[in-house]
Amino acid sequence: MHIMEGFLPAGHCIAWGVAATPFLAFGVRSVNRRIREKPELRMLLGVAAAFVFILSALKLPSVTGSCSHPTGTGLGAILFGPAAMAPIGFVVLLFQALLLAHGGLTTLGANMVSMAIAGPFVSYAIFRLAGKCGAPQGLAVFLAATLGDLATYVVTSGQLALAFPDPAGGFTASFLKFGGIFAITQIPLAISEGLLTVLIFNALRRFNARELLALGLGRSKTGEAA
Amino acid sequence: MKLRNWSLLAGVILLAVLPLAFIHKPAPGPDGQEREIFTGSDDQASAAISSLDPAYRRWAHPVFEPASSEIESLLFALQAALGAGVIGYWLGVSMTREKLRREVAAEQATEQTGLPRHAD
Repeated sequence: MHIMEGFLPAGHCIAWGVAATPFLAFGVRSVNRRIREKPELRMLLGVAAAFVFILSALKLPSVTGSCSHPTGTGLGAILFGPAAMAPIGFVVLLFQALLLAHGGLTTLGANMVSMAIAGPFVSYAIFRLAGKCGAPQGLAVFLAATLGDLATYVVTSGQLALAFPDPAGGFTASFLKFGGIFAITQIPLAISEGLLTVLIFNALRRFNARELLALGLGRSKTGEAA
Repeated sequence: MKLRNWSLLAGVILLAVLPLAFIHKPAPGPDGQEREIFTGSDDQASAAISSLDPAYRRWAHPVFEPASSEIESLLFALQAALGAGVIGYWLGVSMTREKLRREVAAEQATEQTGLPRHAD
């Protein structure tokens, strides 16, 4: 989903950068406050960041015959709220832009908006909504991670379509074109991300019940200790 | 690990393996060039940009570009290894902590009743 270095007009780069900055600042503050209040959460924050590191390094084959990678941001958004993912996503994107020539410094703002802001916010909203509808926690986690991952790629398609509208069909035609490249490829990968997130969430529930309680995620809707 | 967790893992593996098994390389194009499959969607998007706006010129280049695809996969492996290291550390700490907690609980139960009893 990374828009490559130099592949977005300068005006767009600046606009997305400006849009991403307040989220980053707010996210850093929110993470710092959390850690100061409850230092025992530091390890879980590390797990959430590590999960993004692993998943965004795994380029997986998809049904469209091309490869892409999951984002891993859903887990952290569920645990710490969507704001916390802005700084984590920033670190991962910076690492990839500087060392892997994957994404870029000029497109960092745009990539942050899709992967570190939009995806986590969608994940968080879906998780809360599924919980309100009485879905079991495992299902809520799955839907949150899967749809958040997909949302990231839909936003990327939109960003590219805004910058490069189709000469004939305008934004819509271009959006469908980029969506065909990104979003369709992403469907099975998003499901994989959902399954992996449930897997690690099961482990968290078993080993970190107290920390989850401190994060307001203690109660299991199915009533058993999983 | 329970059956449910194993089936989650199996699902992930299947989702990655099935495309590899069912999608085959198309025949070489009319120009005799081999066609590649399973390329990165990021690169395809860059190609789409060039076709939508042929006049667009890439105006920035990465500060550092891995010298070859081998070096690139080295760096990607490093990124995944960093993440896996942290998760592995957490799992190890958590499992040991739970084991110790259980032992302490069992000891306390023995002290109270004078009989060994299973915690939980």
